[in-house]
Amino acid sequence: MSITEFIENFADQFDETDVTSFTPETKFKQLDEWSSLTALSIIAMVDDEYDVIIKGNDILNSETIQDLFDIIEKQQ
Amino acid sequence: MEPNYNPFSLAGKTILVTGASSGIGQSTAIACSRMGARVVVTARNQERLQQTYEQLNNVVEGHMQQLADLTSQEDLEHLLAMLPPLDGAVLCAGNSTTLPLQFGSREKFDDMFNVNFFAPVELLRLLYKKKRLNKGASVVLVASIGGTHSFMPGNGVYGASKAALNSVMKYAAREYASRKVRVNSICPGMVDTPLIHRGTITEEQLAEDAKNYPLGRYGMPEDIANGAIYLLSDASSWLTGHDLVIDGGFSI
Repeated sequence: MSITEFIENFADQFDETDVTSFTPETKFKQLDEWSSLTALSIIAMVDDEYDVIIKGNDILNSETIQDLFDIIEKQQ
Repeated sequence: MEPNYNPFSLAGKTILVTGASSGIGQSTAIACSRMGARVVVTARNQERLQQTYEQLNNVVEGHMQQLADLTSQEDLEHLLAMLPPLDGAVLCAGNSTTLPLQFGSREKFDDMFNVNFFAPVELLRLLYKKKRLNKGASVVLVASIGGTHSFMPGNGVYGASKAALNSVMKYAAREYASRKVRVNSICPGMVDTPLIHRGTITEEQLAEDAKNYPLGRYGMPEDIANGAIYLLSDASSWLTGHDLVIDGGFSI
């Protein structure tokens, strides 16, 4: 699993936010488009793509995309 | 008050409760025993089923327990073979998932429908076909307001399984009436059980969501168990094919 690929999958859960604006440092919960449904989509995407079950708290405790990536990597 | 007046009594009745090892099922099994019923409890987890069994009130003797995974045809047959004639059944066994619809693959739907729809429907079918339900018996299916309302994002797969269950309930109510067997369902709103604390939704989000309930809180398992007692008792003798919404006012 690479951070580049993860960011692509992550960005795929958004509709309005420009793909190029996603970086490892993106504070995703501050994006205008962020919602509780986006959080559920991220959880479902991580299950589908990486076979890792993350929880709502993992998202709550992650500030940046890199933070979440690190959590998932540890569980793989 | 007349001390002996209690139309909600379950004295003299034998009642099957599925999913009895936790949550609504456990609470319902215990409540039925306290109302004087002999209870048959079933669930998949032996240790937790034993814990429920030990909590049954012994005003009546003869409670029974049977380990069973209701999605297994073999387990279902074992259960049917050991069942005494029933005056009531509360089918609580079920599961939930929180998944946006775009991730709701056929596989996810199948998993949910196997547990929430096909298993209870097969039990409902065989209880009747194999004549395990006494004349005047009452069957209660635990559905959900998720079957009629988009009560929370990501509950489409779960909600569809409960809507389907509620539909079968109505047909069973009409057809089973020929043996005076009543069939109803309960549609709870969010109830505080282990199912909702699996972490997909954070505790903070749950606390926030509870504010959407006019009565100011999520349900407790006892709130649903008390509805089941009504539907099982002779107090509801003229009620069949009804979905009883117990949701703190959420769906008003």
